[in-house]
Amino acid sequence: MGTEQTGEVRDVSDAKATRARAGDWVEVECVLLEPADRSPNLPPDTAAKPLMMWVKGFALGEAALGEEVTIETMTGRRVTGRLSAVNPGYTITYGDPIPELVHVGRDLRARLAAWRAAQGAAGDAPAGGEG
Amino acid sequence: MGNRFQEVMARRGEIMRRALGMDYSRFERSPIAFDYEGMMAAHGYSLDDIVAIQRRAGVGDTPLLELRNLTDLVRSVSEPGKGARIFVKDEAANLAGAFKDRRASVSIHVAKEKGYEGVIAATSGNYGAAVASQAARNSLKCIICQETFDSRHVGQPEILEKGRICEAYGAEVVQMTVGPELFFHMLELLDQTGYFAASLYSPYGVGGIETLGLEIARQMTELTGAPPTHVVVTHAGGGNTTGTARGLKRAGATQTQVVSASVDLSGLHMASDNDFNRKSFTTGHTGFGVPFATWPDRADVPRNAARPLRYLDRYLTVTQGEVFYVTEALVKLEGLERGPAGNTAMAAAVSLARELPREATVVVQETEYTGAGKHHWSQLNFARQMGVEVRAGDPKDNVPGKVIVIPEGIEQVRAKDFDVARMRRSYVRNALRNAPAGYVPSDDDIVFLAEDTNTDPATMERLVAEVRAELGEG
Repeated sequence: MGTEQTGEVRDVSDAKATRARAGDWVEVECVLLEPADRSPNLPPDTAAKPLMMWVKGFALGEAALGEEVTIETMTGRRVTGRLSAVNPGYTITYGDPIPELVHVGRDLRARLAAWRAAQGAAGDAPAGGEG
Repeated sequence: MGNRFQEVMARRGEIMRRALGMDYSRFERSPIAFDYEGMMAAHGYSLDDIVAIQRRAGVGDTPLLELRNLTDLVRSVSEPGKGARIFVKDEAANLAGAFKDRRASVSIHVAKEKGYEGVIAATSGNYGAAVASQAARNSLKCIICQETFDSRHVGQPEILEKGRICEAYGAEVVQMTVGPELFFHMLELLDQTGYFAASLYSPYGVGGIETLGLEIARQMTELTGAPPTHVVVTHAGGGNTTGTARGLKRAGATQTQVVSASVDLSGLHMASDNDFNRKSFTTGHTGFGVPFATWPDRADVPRNAARPLRYLDRYLTVTQGEVFYVTEALVKLEGLERGPAGNTAMAAAVSLARELPREATVVVQETEYTGAGKHHWSQLNFARQMGVEVRAGDPKDNVPGKVIVIPEGIEQVRAKDFDVARMRRSYVRNALRNAPAGYVPSDDDIVFLAEDTNTDPATMERLVAEVRAELGEG
């Protein structure tokens, strides 16, 4: 039952719980439409896959990952699906600096300073000096 | 089990009528024409009323800043006498961090007034955060339906961040895999809950953006003595262009050129599971911009309030790499760390300002919040993980979904003109195809089509004749 969010498979052997108790904040996974029931106007790669859905809420009973459980969502709806995560978090990050961008600020500031110096020497007012 | 998809879609009209709290049929004039201005005014709010609703909601009245460093940088690569002054409307200062708060504030106000218990919106963008935030302030329940994952359950970091912020505001976020059936499930949820459909494309949503055009005209008049010569709008579904242009007109800025700008994602299929995570922009791109401009009524409402061909004077496209480069420049030169999608118009403005005289004034009419997931670094790191090549070079070598080329200098940021005449023709073809077979457009239809594409009836009459001949109906 994958809950990876950025292309990395989450390690389920870590401290994350693999069982939910009633009242836990969890996520369930459901098949909304099997491939045969999907919209007729889909590209082939999409048409071959089921339409899947995930939603979070409070577990109304006990279940292990992959087992069916009913949850109550934030709006009070009851949704039954397979337990896909217990206490699901957010793993999005900024990531590493982008080598193609790290020098942009330094280079553009230098360019701007050189241009303004040349303009000043020629007696023109750069926008930096306008109202 | 019968086909659930077809059953729900067959009840689309009935479900949406109740969920929108508005009967669109009274505006229809023919299989082609409808009373657009009548529909836009049907909510009964004046522009002052909308300003008041937004002030109570913590929305609008955002700063308009002159970007002097960016202007000089552009002038440093412009011909003598060229290089317009560049300004930005810092819409990230809205309550939930984007101009979408203007749309949501009016929709949620209406939902509350009409007595709905909750609201539902289908959006993977900033609109979700805006709806969730306004719903929280109005004690309404909120469900946001998102197209989030590919079939491997890998999510675009920007969309995952939008999901996070919606949940932070207390919304229920329903996340789905790729496919237009997002709309089908939204209908199921509207049917099940009886909530209000906070569509991006309702007159409430688009009317809420008119205040943005109004503020730009007023703030520029205070700063420079006149409304701007050009406003550049990040363009996706067309609401931003439509609402801003309408607001400018209502403020008397009738000479201002409205320039729409989108990221070029040509070649990527928006409903493709494989292509889904090979794009670094989830909005503001041609994948929405072109189909919605050329057929607005593909939206989730019977008649779309966003009709950008009525208003845009030019349509520019930029590459993903150019937007990321300009986003980095904006942070470093102007102290504005903002999201890349909202900076689409900024990249186009850099190119546009270079070809305009120094006296011209270019307003980039939005920014959006940024942060982990939405940040341009997150996007580029994710693109690399998905196998997209990222390299420095000339943006002309950009290939959507395959290669992102980061410019090596500001002079390489060059927007391209998208052919608006071609878009008009495509729109007319769609309008005729969606009318019953053999339907002959009336004089009133010609007038409507001319208005809907910002052209004149004589030109439209010729265009309709040509397109009917192409369709074998002439």
